[in-house]
Amino acid sequence: MSPEINLTRDPAHLRHGSNIGQPLTRREGMLKVTGAAGYAADNHPPGMLYAVLATASIARGRVTSLDVEAARRHPGVVEVMTQMNRPPLAEDPDAKTNPFMFRMDLLQNDRVRYANQAIAVVIAETLEAATEGAVLLSPRYEAEPARVGLDSNESYAPPAVGVGNPASVQHGGDVESALAGAPHRIDATYETPMQYHNAMEPHAIVASWDGDRLSIDTPSQGMAMAQGRIAGLFGISPDKIHIRSPFLGGGFGSKGLVKGPQVLGILAAKLVGRPVKLVLRREQMYGPVGHRSPSRQRLRIAAAADGRIAAIDHHARIATSSFDDFYEPAADASHTLYASPALATSHEAVRTDVGTPLFMRAPGEATGSIALESAIDEMAFACGLDPLAFRLKNYAEVEPATGKPFSSKALRECYAQGAERFGWSKRSLQPRTMRDDDGFLVGWGMGTATFPALMFAAQARAVIRHDGSGVMESGTHDMGQGAWTAFAQIAADSLALDLDRVAFKAGSSDLPDAGIAGGSAHTATAGTAIHNAGAAVIGKLAELATSDQRSPLFGAGNTGVVARNGRLFRRDDESRGESYADILTRAGLAEIDAQGSGTMDPAAQSNYAMHAHGAVFAEVKVDPDLGQVRVSRMVGVFAAGRVINPRMVRSQLLGGMIWGVSFTLHEQAIIDHRSGRIMNANLSEYHVPVNADVPRMEAFTVDELDPHVNPLGIKGVGEIGITGSAGAVANAVWHATGVRVRRFPIRIDDLLTSEVAGRVG
Amino acid sequence: MNRFDYVRPADTAEAVAAASEPGAAYLAAGTNLLDLMKGNIVRPTRLVDVSRLPGLDRIEWQADGSLRIGALVRNADLAHDAAFAKSCPAIAEALLSGASAQLRNAATVGGNLLQRTRCSYFYDTASRCNKRAPGTGCDAREGDNRLHAVLGWSEGCIATHPSDFCVPLAAFDAIVEIEGRNGRREMALDALYPPSGAAPERDNVLKPGELITAVRLPASASAFAGHSRYLKVRERTSYAFALVSAAAGLAIENGTIREARLALGGVAPKPWRARAAEQALAGAHADETAFRRAAAAALDGAKPSGDNAFKIELAQRIVVRALTLAAQGTPDRVPALPASPFSSVAGVRHVA
Repeated sequence: MSPEINLTRDPAHLRHGSNIGQPLTRREGMLKVTGAAGYAADNHPPGMLYAVLATASIARGRVTSLDVEAARRHPGVVEVMTQMNRPPLAEDPDAKTNPFMFRMDLLQNDRVRYANQAIAVVIAETLEAATEGAVLLSPRYEAEPARVGLDSNESYAPPAVGVGNPASVQHGGDVESALAGAPHRIDATYETPMQYHNAMEPHAIVASWDGDRLSIDTPSQGMAMAQGRIAGLFGISPDKIHIRSPFLGGGFGSKGLVKGPQVLGILAAKLVGRPVKLVLRREQMYGPVGHRSPSRQRLRIAAAADGRIAAIDHHARIATSSFDDFYEPAADASHTLYASPALATSHEAVRTDVGTPLFMRAPGEATGSIALESAIDEMAFACGLDPLAFRLKNYAEVEPATGKPFSSKALRECYAQGAERFGWSKRSLQPRTMRDDDGFLVGWGMGTATFPALMFAAQARAVIRHDGSGVMESGTHDMGQGAWTAFAQIAADSLALDLDRVAFKAGSSDLPDAGIAGGSAHTATAGTAIHNAGAAVIGKLAELATSDQRSPLFGAGNTGVVARNGRLFRRDDESRGESYADILTRAGLAEIDAQGSGTMDPAAQSNYAMHAHGAVFAEVKVDPDLGQVRVSRMVGVFAAGRVINPRMVRSQLLGGMIWGVSFTLHEQAIIDHRSGRIMNANLSEYHVPVNADVPRMEAFTVDELDPHVNPLGIKGVGEIGITGSAGAVANAVWHATGVRVRRFPIRIDDLLTSEVAGRVG
Repeated sequence: MNRFDYVRPADTAEAVAAASEPGAAYLAAGTNLLDLMKGNIVRPTRLVDVSRLPGLDRIEWQADGSLRIGALVRNADLAHDAAFAKSCPAIAEALLSGASAQLRNAATVGGNLLQRTRCSYFYDTASRCNKRAPGTGCDAREGDNRLHAVLGWSEGCIATHPSDFCVPLAAFDAIVEIEGRNGRREMALDALYPPSGAAPERDNVLKPGELITAVRLPASASAFAGHSRYLKVRERTSYAFALVSAAAGLAIENGTIREARLALGGVAPKPWRARAAEQALAGAHADETAFRRAAAAALDGAKPSGDNAFKIELAQRIVVRALTLAAQGTPDRVPALPASPFSSVAGVRHVA
């Protein structure tokens, strides 16, 4: 038949069209900038009521009273949902039958286990009435002392970290003996704070029941998983649930799994028998929808006299909630990057009275990266080596933690191109030796970026219609990263059609399951499914033509056909061909369709280590008197396999690099250690960079062909930009000032030392 | 938020009458008040919307050389008024360093003077706070207080006044015009805020119903136009309150300081006029020695209210820097990053 369209066999020949690789602008961009794009909370079905959460102001204890009557009496309030009248669930919200099922607070009892936990839901005719009703509940509590922070509880060894990774790993020789005998050693401890996703769009849901059918508008990074979870809780079949999630105002992992407040919206709709909208207030996002665990990471590195690493030991202390298990795999950042004959990573965890931490953009990778890259910088200096030279000297030719070869690794090219573009060769080795013309201290730092190239599972359905146009269906998720555009490009290429001849359908749970938009794997996974669905339908079309005596392609089955621009051609004689429309019309078919799936190749996974890489270079300026830091430029060069849309990819990488700046200099949740409440749960005081903090920032990709990761050779770019970047900025601050700050974010008071002081100019 | 009455008076007299009732609050742009209401920090039962009162949105030069700024003039309009910016460059710079462009387009002169502290315990209604709920105590005292006051605080309250605008206003002897039931009165801006140690729940000395109608800058303010700056250290380059800020004005003759003006922001419950420092500068040669002496005088008596000892050192350094930059001369135009140390050096580009 037509191997031409099966990329897995010969990728080089299988690029039918020219859509992939084009820097197209977002196809939905006009909708978004004109306000026409409908986000979940924009929906307003007839008869809809507003639900507002009442949330706990204690972190641990129980609710002893709620003035339900006062709330009910408030004009406009329709109902108050508490543990007394909450509709029954088919499944205990505290059940955990698999590691990815996270416990929810759905008014199952009077316990409070973190601040901002929902303790009641007020449902009213207006948002204002519901909001005031929640205030009028005037909850009383029996509070117990809050346990917050990494030292508030006994630590223990977690059963696993991240997505089922072992909590401790050893590879190669004995770390302790290597450390003991090495001429160069560092032993440094780094701290990172709690961080919150803070997507622009809060978690929101509009839920309507029709008998046992449930219709939901809610932002989701994984509609099929949400369907399954909701189905289990309500005891209905997943196919009774229709989720629409065409656009997300950012997700960053916090919308990967359906969260308690969304389920409370569904329960509220069930209770009142009318559609209900529930939108979290900004401060309510600091609790029930996940966050990045704080960490304290100790890195011990030993190096030989020539600067070759002899041992790396990376230990991370992290926090989880009192009632559930998610363990930020921070120390695993040391598994991938630097060759070491002895490597050990380990984790310990403490239970604290906060909402369960969860996946947040580069979970583990970002947290671990800033510590590892700082430590590598410290080690390079201890060895008297330039940080880039030190990294090249310790370049991993195989994955350090496993000894597996890399499926591809163009990190050397990233280093070389990044250094060249940045001008790295002019860097002084000693810190506090560079100034600009205005007297500001100047520092240059670098970090290595890495993120695994993952694949999950996804489905797609391709259709070719009798008019020669195509349809591609896959319930993909656009978090703002450009899914509508990149998948349409893959779809068009897979059908050998121009983009405007293909209707791409996404963002709805009645389409084939596109898996989850997470792990930087959405484009790779759903893209593969789309690619394969296109290939399959072209294959069916080719079979139709080559077995039809009336077709000019009759009998071409052995030589193969090529699809291009809506036509099939004989591979050995391109003068012989016909259009999709002619093939279908003659066959009397309105359309022809086929399915495709994208899954990981287990053999490739077991044979190769698969990662994207990058090199980030940063320049900071520091006011020598005032300690104020400003990043002045950054260059990032990344190797992430095939790039589907360079414009979207650049935006993803820049966005990640900005998160890196934020990680190092801005972001932290401030928690009151007495009450366990987060004191800066708003976008005014929880600082992320403003435009004026984002310097001249450039992101590039290098060519990287990877025949193993997936048929399209995609590695994903959603998260890698944070890694490397945060460490690069931290290292630049050290290089500017000579002050090594190991607690992040770096603050003015950390640098306001007599050592830093000196006149500008 | 709670249910409330909304009234829109036709003139100042009507406004004063309407706002004299218990539970009433004036609403201008609402950039602070509406957030406070949404968070249940304040629950007024009546909003008196003064945003459309006639005649309060003018910037007028008086015959005596003073400048009268209507209370409803928007921050952005004032900052971009060419004559104002030329006469009072440090005030323009302070205005442009505050909040965000969107907020500056809405926020009013009068409202700025009356904005509430950003102490997180004031905003967190589950915390004890003498300012929000008199007599309950101060949870900031033993809490997260890195950003709190080092001057003029009391055991009952360690919050700071958040305004940038008010800092140079205090330095340059601004006068506040007030309309009340008993007619018009005026006072120095410095006197609008009660002395330290007073009841924390009283941000200002206004009586019920009293309405700020204008802020006046005396002719003397423009005497410092050639040597004045506002400098603000914050944790990001825009949309952040000051850790510490300083407004400095110098009148220099032949290298000698004839007269000085200095006020600090972010360090005290009110915009902090540093008169002792001004006296130390008067008659001194405009050099680093004098500036360091003035900085020490400005922070004389400062003590940490918590984990914020660094602010005492930082404040002294920013005073020295602000005076140094003022002595160098006011830039021809407000720098692209207003009040940022990164815009303070001659020739520094916006993109550093």
